[in-house]
Amino acid sequence: MSKLGDLGAKLYRGEVGYDFVGKRFLWYGVSILITITAIVALAVQGLNMGIEFKGGAVFTTAKTTVSVAKATEVAEKASGHDAIVQELGTGGLRIQISGVDTDAATDVKKQLATDLKIDQASINADLVGPSWGEQIANKAWTGLGVFMVLVVIYLAIAFEWRMAVAALIALIHDLTITVGVYALVGFEVTPGTVIGLLTILGYSLYDTVVVFDGLKEGSKDITKQTRWTYSEVANRSINGTLVRSINTTVVALLPVAALLFIGGGFLGAGMLNDISLSLFVGLAAGAYSSIFIATPLVVDLKEREPAMKALKKRVLAKRAAAAAKGESPDEAYAAEDEPQVVSQGRSGRRR
Amino acid sequence: MAAPKKGRRPTGAQGRPGRALAVILIAMVALTAGMFISKQTTPRLGIDLAGGTSITLKAKSEPGKESAVNETNMNTAVGIIDRRVNGLGVSEAEVQTQGRDHIIVNIPKGTNEQQAREQVGTTAQLYFRPVIAFADGSPAAPEATPSASPSASGSEAPKAGDGKTSPSAAPSSSATSQGRALSEALKAPAAPTPSPSASESKKADDTKAPSPSASASAPATGDDAAAAALQAKFAALDCTDEAQRAAAGKGAKPEEPIIACGQRGDAWGKWVLGPAQVNGQDVKEAKGVIDPQRGQWIVTMQFTDKGADKFAKITGELATKQMPQNQFAIVLDGQVISDPSVSQALTGGNAEISGGFTQQSAQDLGNMLSYGALPLSFTEDSVTTVTAALGGEQLKAGLIAGAIGLLLVVIYLLAYYRGLAFIAIISLLVSAILTYTIMALLGKGIGFALNLPAVCGAIVAIGITADSFIVYFERIRDEIREGRTLRPAVERAWPRARRTILVSDFVSFLAAAVLFIVTVGKVQGFAFTLGLTTLLDVVVVFLFTKPVMTLVARTKFFASGHPWSGLDPKRLGAKPPLRRSRRTGSAPAPVDAKEA
Repeated sequence: MSKLGDLGAKLYRGEVGYDFVGKRFLWYGVSILITITAIVALAVQGLNMGIEFKGGAVFTTAKTTVSVAKATEVAEKASGHDAIVQELGTGGLRIQISGVDTDAATDVKKQLATDLKIDQASINADLVGPSWGEQIANKAWTGLGVFMVLVVIYLAIAFEWRMAVAALIALIHDLTITVGVYALVGFEVTPGTVIGLLTILGYSLYDTVVVFDGLKEGSKDITKQTRWTYSEVANRSINGTLVRSINTTVVALLPVAALLFIGGGFLGAGMLNDISLSLFVGLAAGAYSSIFIATPLVVDLKEREPAMKALKKRVLAKRAAAAAKGESPDEAYAAEDEPQVVSQGRSGRRR
Repeated sequence: MAAPKKGRRPTGAQGRPGRALAVILIAMVALTAGMFISKQTTPRLGIDLAGGTSITLKAKSEPGKESAVNETNMNTAVGIIDRRVNGLGVSEAEVQTQGRDHIIVNIPKGTNEQQAREQVGTTAQLYFRPVIAFADGSPAAPEATPSASPSASGSEAPKAGDGKTSPSAAPSSSATSQGRALSEALKAPAAPTPSPSASESKKADDTKAPSPSASASAPATGDDAAAAALQAKFAALDCTDEAQRAAAGKGAKPEEPIIACGQRGDAWGKWVLGPAQVNGQDVKEAKGVIDPQRGQWIVTMQFTDKGADKFAKITGELATKQMPQNQFAIVLDGQVISDPSVSQALTGGNAEISGGFTQQSAQDLGNMLSYGALPLSFTEDSVTTVTAALGGEQLKAGLIAGAIGLLLVVIYLLAYYRGLAFIAIISLLVSAILTYTIMALLGKGIGFALNLPAVCGAIVAIGITADSFIVYFERIRDEIREGRTLRPAVERAWPRARRTILVSDFVSFLAAAVLFIVTVGKVQGFAFTLGLTTLLDVVVVFLFTKPVMTLVARTKFFASGHPWSGLDPKRLGAKPPLRRSRRTGSAPAPVDAKEA
């Protein structure tokens, strides 16, 4: 069986354990670095907004025999921007080019007329306003805001406020990274991108919730035992759901990656690129953040609680005592493995 | 596969897997059958995938109001048209401004184009005006009048059959004796409903001879030249003539009285109307709904605060008047679309119109009232068909890529889960069939159209759906690692997996629901897809994956932990019966080093 399967078994038995929580400051650092890069890229480079957001030019030609593919090529060469070409019922073409303003439109029109061998007078040029994308984006932001408020309330009720806060931070983290990648790579931002981003927010939280669910279960009777501190329980929960996280992420990423690299890369489908890139980055960031950011943040918040502080003290004291006696810690806890045993008052063994 | 183990009956906790499977099977068969019966075997595609119709609208700059054609108003118009053409928000129509004064509306193939054009182009400004006088649509010949009135209240009320048409109204109102019984009554919710009246008599329609005398005396108000001119125009107006009809109410200022035509039942009527009292922007929301008590369609209206004040004032005034002056006309783009009568002042900002609506007419009026308040009026510049915005090659590339992606997922699942992967793959297949059939049916039902972002959303949904199986499978494997045999493992794992699945799907669904409610256009269509697939995920896991897992646990192949089943206890590292914890855990405990 695959290595991953063995890994699953080892993770389950605790033979292998990655110290996500202990090394959290490393990951916080990594994330802060990425976030700063994203923000800088956004500030310096800005986003390459598509025709739907910043407007552009639409050229309508009279009846022509020029193929759509040819016209697309010519239009993109003439303007240096992405073009969408559609055939009209009249036999003419509609060529939408983003980022072309009034002055440039005249030049592009001339160029188009020459290259497509159409009379300039039979090409009609119009500027498209940004209303469509603006409206979609504005409403999407509203939706995002409302969703965040609702989901924080829900997570605070279903789990606890610390998890809600951590999930929210992880979500903002994911969105920042994705937007940053867009700024860096210079991909065009279309309504498809906005939709990709909105998918991410659902997915990122979905992933976080699954990990939190494991953590909630793992830490149910935590104050009734003295073997683990909260951060150790949290780390075990992450490890326990690690195989699931990996599998889910792989399964979600594979089709998106195919869209991005095969559909977009080799076959050159521009619009697929827009959507699949934002999805790819966002899904990967979402999986990363639920393990490396969200859960460690919960630990940081949780360990400020007096009850958890006291627990940590007890656990450490016990370990120290066991060490002083020369016992291996495993032996000291051998019988304290099962939570039900713990809850039956085994803590009386504390020395 | 091997026969089920004998001798052990499933315990109650295992439920009845057969029943759940039967339910989902019936659902699938029903949906597929429905799909073929309705001849809607493919989902309707959005304009980016299938092309459609492109309508170009030009904002009219009206004399004296040239500055009204500005960016703000254009954007407001785009928003209103968007809501109008997208109806439920899933038809994927695109609305955008072009240039200074154009709006382009792209409507995907398969939409009712005629209806869309009407919704987009012909509706413009909405006003509520008090009725001053009413007459048959054509300039009726004098001799037609006496006979028409009685018949209207009597035999000619067939359309609404069940209602009373207040027969006294027509004969008694002398000046405007052609004012038929009211067509719709506007009233406080509790009051009884007068039904719509009679349609106009054919005779009146056929009478073409202009007859100024027919429309009798002037309205009580205006006694100056303007009123007289209006009166003359009113008398001459022939609403059965399309050109006259279109010209009648157009271009009038809201603060002036106008004459207007409108359809009443099957025939045309004409009105003299006072200055606009309430306009479309004062209506917050209007809906065509079925009144459960009376079992008939009504239109409910909710006004904005400002609108509520204005509406209370006008209804207060109208309620004291006689027929037909106790009516107000809802005028859309110069045409009367409804003329309810008022029996009392309506305060509080809510009102309803009832009487003789069909589902269609109630919903149409609701839509027009809700979204009718365009700040500008538009003319249709051109209507043309367009090919898909996304080239056929791009779509093909996307489909190929999607297929390859799916294949990779299948290979991955097989490599990792072996036998279990078949359950996952079949579950995905069930989910896909349900999604496909529902989408195809919704194309007809609510105009749902699938565009590229929605396709991508569906591909991501593969991940979310597969996640549910993975959560469950991993739980089962954990139970086996605890040393349990498959059957109890399957049952014990379920409640815990179920909770995780429900909690995470809820978050996903919440995102979809919020986006659907808050946003417009493409995003809304996408949110719809996401919400649908999330719901189906829950359905499939509960009604298919879990029951199948229960059944499969009875087979020897899986239960014995065959190496290819994906549930081999040895490979999973199940604990031996006498277990001793070997967890060193992740605890960075320094004491570990001292382990003897």
